[in-house]
Amino acid sequence: MLKINNLHASVEDKAILKGINLEVKAGEVHAIMGPNGSGKSTLSSVIAGKEEYEVTEGEIFFDEENIEELSAEERAHKGIFLSFQYPVEIPGVSVTNFIKTAINETRKAKGLPDMPAKDMLKLIREKAELLEIDRKFLSRSLNQGFSGGEKKRNEIFQMAMLEPKLAILDETDSGLDIDALRIVASGVNKLKSKDNAVILITHYQRLLDYIVPDFVHVLYKGRIVKSGGKELAHELEEKGYDWIKEEVDA
Amino acid sequence: MSKYTEDDLREELKTKEYEYGFYTDIESDTFPIGLNEDIVKAISLKKEEPVWMTEWRLEAFRAWQEMEEPDWANVNYAKPDFQAIAYYSAPKSVDPNKTLDDVDPDLLAMYKKLGISVDEQKKMNNVAMDIVVDSVSVATTFKKTLSEKGIIFMSISEAIKEHPELVKKYLGTIVPQKDNYYAALNSAVFSDGSFCYIPKGVRCPMELSTYFRINQGGTGQFERTLLVADEGSYVSYLEGCTAPSRDENQLHAAVVELIAMDDAEIKYSTVQNWFPGNAEGKGGVYNFVTKRGLCEKNAKISWTQVETGSAVTWKYPSCILKGDNSVGEFYSIAVTNNYQQADTGTKMIHLGKNTKSTIISKGISAGKSQNSYRGLVQIGSRAENARNFSQCDSLLMGNECGAHTFPYIEAKNKTAQIEHEATTSKIGEDQIFYCNQRGIDTEKAIALIVNGFSKEVLNKLPMEFAVEAQKLLEISLEGSVG
Repeated sequence: MLKINNLHASVEDKAILKGINLEVKAGEVHAIMGPNGSGKSTLSSVIAGKEEYEVTEGEIFFDEENIEELSAEERAHKGIFLSFQYPVEIPGVSVTNFIKTAINETRKAKGLPDMPAKDMLKLIREKAELLEIDRKFLSRSLNQGFSGGEKKRNEIFQMAMLEPKLAILDETDSGLDIDALRIVASGVNKLKSKDNAVILITHYQRLLDYIVPDFVHVLYKGRIVKSGGKELAHELEEKGYDWIKEEVDA
Repeated sequence: MSKYTEDDLREELKTKEYEYGFYTDIESDTFPIGLNEDIVKAISLKKEEPVWMTEWRLEAFRAWQEMEEPDWANVNYAKPDFQAIAYYSAPKSVDPNKTLDDVDPDLLAMYKKLGISVDEQKKMNNVAMDIVVDSVSVATTFKKTLSEKGIIFMSISEAIKEHPELVKKYLGTIVPQKDNYYAALNSAVFSDGSFCYIPKGVRCPMELSTYFRINQGGTGQFERTLLVADEGSYVSYLEGCTAPSRDENQLHAAVVELIAMDDAEIKYSTVQNWFPGNAEGKGGVYNFVTKRGLCEKNAKISWTQVETGSAVTWKYPSCILKGDNSVGEFYSIAVTNNYQQADTGTKMIHLGKNTKSTIISKGISAGKSQNSYRGLVQIGSRAENARNFSQCDSLLMGNECGAHTFPYIEAKNKTAQIEHEATTSKIGEDQIFYCNQRGIDTEKAIALIVNGFSKEVLNKLPMEFAVEAQKLLEISLEGSVG
């Protein structure tokens, strides 16, 4: 589904990613871990197509198509979803209105008519229940005055509505208490299938107790320096990142 | 990434024309340019006005000659040459006595282009319309339905002839001839406009609407609106404005006077989309307008405006809350893009006891434009328990535009409660990227953010106007984020 070859990327001429190789197949869950400043969030932004990031070398293929020339919205239309670490506020635009716009714009890009209002409401109700979202929440302004937990739950709600092929969850666990973490993780687990894939970007092992990865990669100084199964995450939890840093810097 | 960037978009939009910028070739009867007492008399004569009206105009003209053009607003522009403007222009083929069916087909085609086919308006929306092209009122629809209720809705020229007692009684009582420079000019040369009278206890069954359009080049438009809501009556009134694209600056100096007697309510909504000038700031309408309403006991006046057009806007729809328990409201969205300048706001003058006012102003600036809110809240010494709430929000796009807020508060009564809130925000790249990531392109993202920002005001507009206003906001701001 996703294939990244020797990816180099920089922002404002500062090189951040220095040769990433990664392959994610349908049905898989990958965790990308690493110390602060290793390039985790940059990687997710580059895959999603954020303009400020310049790909200087290498390629990203999504469903065997090189997506370098595609805008962020075109990538979204193809089924790439990014759950933001810091979701932005849009005052005056309700959660419902926002997701309705997102869905209909995606349908428009595929040459489909707007989703009938009745179907939209039904879908919203279904997905809101899945994530234990209160009806009142849906009419609030997007992310305005939301708690950390509400923001992340809203991200997963949008993911549930858009049903992406590839979901990248950037630090979804940060700022969540244990209850919110459980709800968010169970939502993601319910949405997982053999046809889609998830990339979890996280600093801590905690989230991985709830969403169990098939592969764990350690990102350090813009490269994937170690890959393994879920046991690698436990090792990192115990020993921290220093032994990896030493291995790499040696 | 060599994708379709905002720069490409901006480039594309530069060549995109002002959507309402067509010019209809209708034969016009235009006066020679220039202004003197003879022109004022000629306008009055042309309109077959009674002597008192001619005298009233001359009095205004003489006052105007002694006045100075105001320069306190936060706008810069080349002062209009008042001797280079034609003060009267009427589409020749229009006879005010004709019915709608007799209206020039070219004119009707023009309304169609404007998206306001009169026929459709009649059938679909419960809207009675008066349409002022250049200077003359072309057709007033729905007259019969209204007259059954005793409502008078006609062009002010007709009203001067048919209801001189009403016009004479109220004209200039809220905005006197000498009120200010542009009001004085308007009083001298106003060519048409609308007159409306709602009798005691009558609730006007439909929205009343006036559509203004400047068609002829080299002319000014000076319309005068007088709206009287008698005791216990209610009316909702809409006005819309467009003008063709022209290189020259055109002057629009209107006066609107509202009178809400005891227990009456007036809702006055404006969607102003005069030609804003091109992307280099050439051309566009100077919109210098005086709008003021008087509230008697328990009366309410609500101004709602969506201002997207004009090169320069100078406009402060105000309420004089004279009667006890009267209420004034001002809801405004002002959008400026490219080189547009707007200095707009309101005055709430609290004179009566327990008077209340609310001000919600949303300024959106893009391009190299300047957008100012200027408002006065004045509490008189006898206005016990007066209350005001003001909220002024500014939204900026890009780094070259400006937003300014000039709130003035004068309170002469200790029991007054005045609240003022203000925010300034900027459409951020993060917001745009967030929307993009959810499949919403940049244009649509801006529209979404702007609509969200303006929601409190858009909600105050009558339904069909709200839709038009939303579209206008999108058009006005296309390609403005950089």
